[in-house]
Parts: sequence; structure tokens; C-alpha cells
Amino acid sequence: MKFYLKSTLMALGVAGAFMATTSFVAADADDHKLFIDDVEILTDIAAPEGSPLDHLYSGWRFRSPETQDLQTDDFGNPGFAAITLAEELWDTAEGAKGKSCASCHNDVDEGMKGVSAAYPKWSDKLGKPHTLVTRVNECRTDRMEAKAWKWEAPEMLAMTALVGLQSRGMPVAVKSDGPMKSWMEKGKDIYYARVGQLNMSCANCHEQNFGNMIRADHLSQGQINGFPVYRLKWGGLGSTHRRFKGCMKNIRAKAFGVGSDEFIALEAYVASRGNGLAVETPAVRN
Amino acid sequence: MAKSKPRVKVPKTADAGEVITIKTLISHTMESGQRKDKKTGDLIPRKIINAFKAEFNGQTVFEAIIEPAVSANPYFEFRVKVQESGEFKFSWTDDDGSVYEKSKKIKVA
Amino acid sequence: MNLDRRQVLALGVGAAVMTAIGLPGVAVAAVGDVEKAIAEFTKGAEITTGKVVLSAPQIAENGNTVPIEVTVESEMTQASYVDAVMILAAGNPNPGVATFKFSPMSGEALASTRIRLAKTQDIIVIARMNDGSCYKDQKTVKVTIGGCGG
Repeated sequence: MKFYLKSTLMALGVAGAFMATTSFVAADADDHKLFIDDVEILTDIAAPEGSPLDHLYSGWRFRSPETQDLQTDDFGNPGFAAITLAEELWDTAEGAKGKSCASCHNDVDEGMKGVSAAYPKWSDKLGKPHTLVTRVNECRTDRMEAKAWKWEAPEMLAMTALVGLQSRGMPVAVKSDGPMKSWMEKGKDIYYARVGQLNMSCANCHEQNFGNMIRADHLSQGQINGFPVYRLKWGGLGSTHRRFKGCMKNIRAKAFGVGSDEFIALEAYVASRGNGLAVETPAVRN
Repeated sequence: MAKSKPRVKVPKTADAGEVITIKTLISHTMESGQRKDKKTGDLIPRKIINAFKAEFNGQTVFEAIIEPAVSANPYFEFRVKVQESGEFKFSWTDDDGSVYEKSKKIKVA
Repeated sequence: MNLDRRQVLALGVGAAVMTAIGLPGVAVAAVGDVEKAIAEFTKGAEITTGKVVLSAPQIAENGNTVPIEVTVESEMTQASYVDAVMILAAGNPNPGVATFKFSPMSGEALASTRIRLAKTQDIIVIARMNDGSCYKDQKTVKVTIGGCGG
């Protein structure tokens, strides 16, 4: 009985939010400013030309003040527990070649500065875009001759967070031209395709209704400038693909796989929609 | 699971008699014992950090008895009045008996 | 329970609905557990309001990580200090959250942490002074559940 009622309410709540305008609660992005250890990180910018949005907002601006606070000092940010782990991994030699990340890239803050802002990025070698995850694994398998990490392994999340941190405050700059063009188109198709029992697309929530409440949740633009992100719900870091999967499940769609070409294309396209926004990795979200 | 990593933030220097703020965080899943394994339906056994202690020059200055209702990656912030230079010792006790430790020195003028 | 769609929408925030009907499968601490924990902690001392202040958000975006802070008014000297503060979440499967032990060396009786709340409920804090006297504060925190939090 309770289960039946719960699922009915959930379906009504979601569908209702889109059918009845009266159920929208206007709650735009707030006007808070993000300072991390006294350094300001810009959380909104005028949208670049060609963007379907007028103005870009980081997801941070849609969170409650308490959640926002968790990101304002690197000590209190629980994502930094993973950074501590990754700093050790960076210097740890692994694999047949006896190399560590530091063997080739020196200190992470010099070797990785600005790197993650450009990902996903075309790889001639793969003949498809590299995400930061596949790029880290290429180093591991080819240069270190070590075992690849799984997409959501704690080590992979920690390492991509550490690399991402070296670009914090720098603008997302994902290329959409050249060989990336067809992947961007594929990602865009996925973004606008209505799927699942609720027949919804990414755009229905994150382009047409950001700032509105969908039941108890405040919809953001779905920007991924803070990934891997520490989610309170997960109690840990997670990847964009894990987040995409969660969205697809919510609209009762069959989710693509973590690491699938579909999600790589979607990640590339969604990242490019945030071009110009400051990298916030590791961000904190609800 | 990756080994738990403690982190602490203690000011490097302070004035005698100053009340300083200490922040601590340890990576830990804090398995509550309330969750069920999605595949088998069995309860996942509880495994948490159940105690935290801060000592200064051998004297206990702050302690926490911790239940499963404390969030993953337990965070504690508290105050200490320092009169002399010395060393803080922090320890976290796991249900499995492991104790994680971290020390920090402070210079008091 | 007979809610039609209009009533459901009128309630708006899903959390309110979910709270009203209760979450399936989530056990809730018996009132007795809370009373028992308090009695053990206070050792029978009378509880007064004042001196202890609990800060917590009115609405928590996610029950997994709710930041809270407790402060107790005290000079924190050998003669007069806060001995301990117990935090209880009355609506959790087990009400115990944490107990902080202070000392005159604390300088200030203040501590913050992040806690788990299974649903909308009251958080109770009891401060015990070195002379055995006890003080209490209490706040209701609404926990939003559901929506599209993926």
C-alpha cells in the first residue's frame, strides 16, 4: 500500500510539475558569490555566442546555503578526503615500468594546470574523444603498464578530482570543432531526445526549467564544471556518467552505461554548454 | 575500500591563552548497519568510526562518542585554549579495532 | 489514505507528503529510547532550557549530510565548565548521534559536525555542566526527500 502510494505520488509529482504551471515555484539561481578560502570563483557568466542559454549558472547557485557552505573552504569540503588519497597515488610507482604519475608529469600542480578544463578532448589514438577517466587509464596501461582503474573506482574518482582541482577557477574550454563535431552532434541529439516512461529530455529540466522546483528539488542548468562532484546523497565523489544515469532512471528511461559512447558524447556536449564557466572540481552538491 | 585518511587543520602559531579552532575530517564510509545489500537483501553490517579524541601535550582536550548517525567522512570542528607550545595528537577508532592517528605541532608565543 | 491528484499537488513539496505517510522500511526510534538516553545522560538531573544553543538548517537539502553546531554558554574554567553535550535525533532508527566531551582546556564549548537524518524530525541537544546541571535545546529540521535527485 505504502509502496503503491509512494510511486503514484512520485509519478504525479514529476508529471504534475510539467503539466500544471501552478505547481512551479519560482526560485531562480540566487545571487550568492562563491569564495573558496577567500579566492572568488565566478559562478555565472553571460552565455557565449551560439549557446541556447542567455546566461550560464553553476549548479552551486541552486543549492541551499548550507550545501553551498560546504564548498567554501577546502578543509570542510568532504571531497578533499579524496584529494589527500590522490596526492599519495600521484607519487606512487605502479605497474611493470615502475613509474608513478610524478615520473612523467612532475608535481601535479605544475604538470596538470589547466588540463581538465579542455576535457573531453579528441584523441587521434583512440579515434574518439578522451574523457579524463580514459586519459588517466591510457597513462596507466600504456606508460606505467599498470592495471586500468574502473570508471567509478575510488582511486579514479580521487585522481580525476585532483587533476580537475589544478584547473579550478579556470574557464571550461572544450573544443567542439574538427573531429569533435560529430560527437557534439551526437551528444546534442541525446540531450534533446525525449526518452523513458516520463518522456522527458535533458532540456526539459535543465534548459527550459532550471530555477524551478521539481517537487522538492531545485533544478539547475545541469552544468558539469564541478565534476567529479561530492554528492551528499552519495556520501562521496561520483562521475558525470553516474549522475547522467541517475537522471535517466528518474525519468524511467533505460540508462546508457557508464563509459559508453553515448555518455561520452553527452559529457562532451554538456561540458561544451558550460564553456566559459569556472571549473569547481571537486564541487559539493546535494 | 581505500584506507581511511585523516586530515586536520591546526593553526601553526597562536598567542598564549588564545582559543584556536581545530577542524578534522577522516575519509570513512560510516556504514550504518541499517542499509541492505541490494542483491541479497541482507543487512550490511555496521562499520563506523565510533570515537574521536584530541589530546594536547598528553592531556585530553576534546572527545566525541560517535553513533552511525554521523555522516560519511566524519567532520568535527571544536575549540582549544592553548597556553604553551606543544603537540596535538588526534585519534579515530574504527569498529574493526583500527586506530587512525595524526599529530600537529603548534608554536605558542 | 485517500489523496487525489489535486490534493497531492496542493501539498506541493513532495517531502511534506512523504513525511505525512512515512517512509516505507524506515524504522523510527521509540519515544522510550529517547527518554532512556536522556535519563542516562542527565543522571536524573532536572533539565532547564537556555545556555545551550543548537544551530541547524530549517530545511536540509539532503538528509545524508546535515551540518549542525552546538554552543554552550560557560566560562570554561576549572571551577565551571561544560562536561559534555549529547545530540539526539528523535526520528532516526536509533536516536543517538554523538556525545561531545569538553574540558576547561576547550576555552569555548563549541563543536560542529555533520549528521544523518532519516526524515523530518527534531534534533535534541542536552548539555551537562561539571556541577551536574543540565540544559536543553531542540530544533526541527525538515528533510527533503525525493524529487529528481538522481
